[in-house]
Amino acid sequence: MAAKATVPRKTRNPDLIRGVGKYSRSKMYHKRGLWAIKAKNGGVFPRHDARPAAETALVKPPKFYPADDVKKPLVNKHKPKPTKLRASITPGTVLIILAGRFKGKRVVFLKQLSSGLLLVTGPFKINGVPLRRVNQSYVIGTSTKVDFSGVNVDKFDDKYFAKAVEKKKKKGEGEFFEAEKEEKNVLPHEKKDDQKSVDTLLIKSIETVPDLKTYLAARFSLRSGMKPHELVF
Amino acid sequence: MPFKRYVEIGRVALVNYGEDYGRLVVIVDVIDQNRALVDAPDMVRSQMNFKRLSLTDIKIDIKRVPKKRELLAAMEAADVKKKWESSSWGRKLIVQKRRASLNDFDRFKLVLAKIKRAGLVKNELSKLKKEVAA
Repeated sequence: MAAKATVPRKTRNPDLIRGVGKYSRSKMYHKRGLWAIKAKNGGVFPRHDARPAAETALVKPPKFYPADDVKKPLVNKHKPKPTKLRASITPGTVLIILAGRFKGKRVVFLKQLSSGLLLVTGPFKINGVPLRRVNQSYVIGTSTKVDFSGVNVDKFDDKYFAKAVEKKKKKGEGEFFEAEKEEKNVLPHEKKDDQKSVDTLLIKSIETVPDLKTYLAARFSLRSGMKPHELVF
Repeated sequence: MPFKRYVEIGRVALVNYGEDYGRLVVIVDVIDQNRALVDAPDMVRSQMNFKRLSLTDIKIDIKRVPKKRELLAAMEAADVKKKWESSSWGRKLIVQKRRASLNDFDRFKLVLAKIKRAGLVKNELSKLKKEVAA
């Protein structure tokens, strides 16, 4: 009846068990004060006439009906959850990359980006892996940790790794190939500086642990007799 | 060849199957042809089939079905732990456990150590070879 939503009313009839209230109908009639409402209204329960319906604009029947009845897909309000980071992976953990160009490389984990991908670095001087994003599923987390104090990785996010937008070029017949080649190879200087700034601190803490540098420089591989499900990483 | 390790009260055995795999237990009583009552300091006294036990050389001096206190005292007196860990069988198990628990970094350091040792051995060998040749 009412157009606006009412506040959910508290029942004055507590449940003894589900489906059985404490008070009987007559008791509830008295508790709700319906006798008082009736008395106020001269012995009859007050009654309201229906509200005049709001004027709806005249809807003309459509000129055109599509030939087939096409079903509309159901509404999907499902929002993807942020990727859960494995408990074994914390900043400074050494990870083993399992797929891609750097498969087998042991790499230092920096932080998890908002897209869920992991930000890692070689460090570049040690094993040639630059600041890079890697998916958690393609990584083994080892229990070896590098001292991560003092390293600041706040400035890196997914936008940092987005591909640079290429401006549309006018097709000149002769110059076409040469111009393209020149643009692709140069890595902007800021990226090289970022790499250095992150790596110098890391390399210092890596060098304090004996053999850790050679460990990060070497690739991981399975040898004869190694059973991955029995190995402790 | 006669048998050297007998099933007897006080024989220390290693459990080789089941929940208690790898535990050292003492045979405290024999139930029947196939089963023994076994006990260890950190477990509830229970029965076990002989097939689950591998007898060791160690034997302690106890009466049949001793109280737990007496069993512990007898094990201390015989120094079962030390005897086991110094025996070659016990040492092998300890090494196996250690190898299985090696971390990826530890395994790498092991490889480096093996290479280093092999280098030293080769050096010495080549020196000896030179002496023989000369």
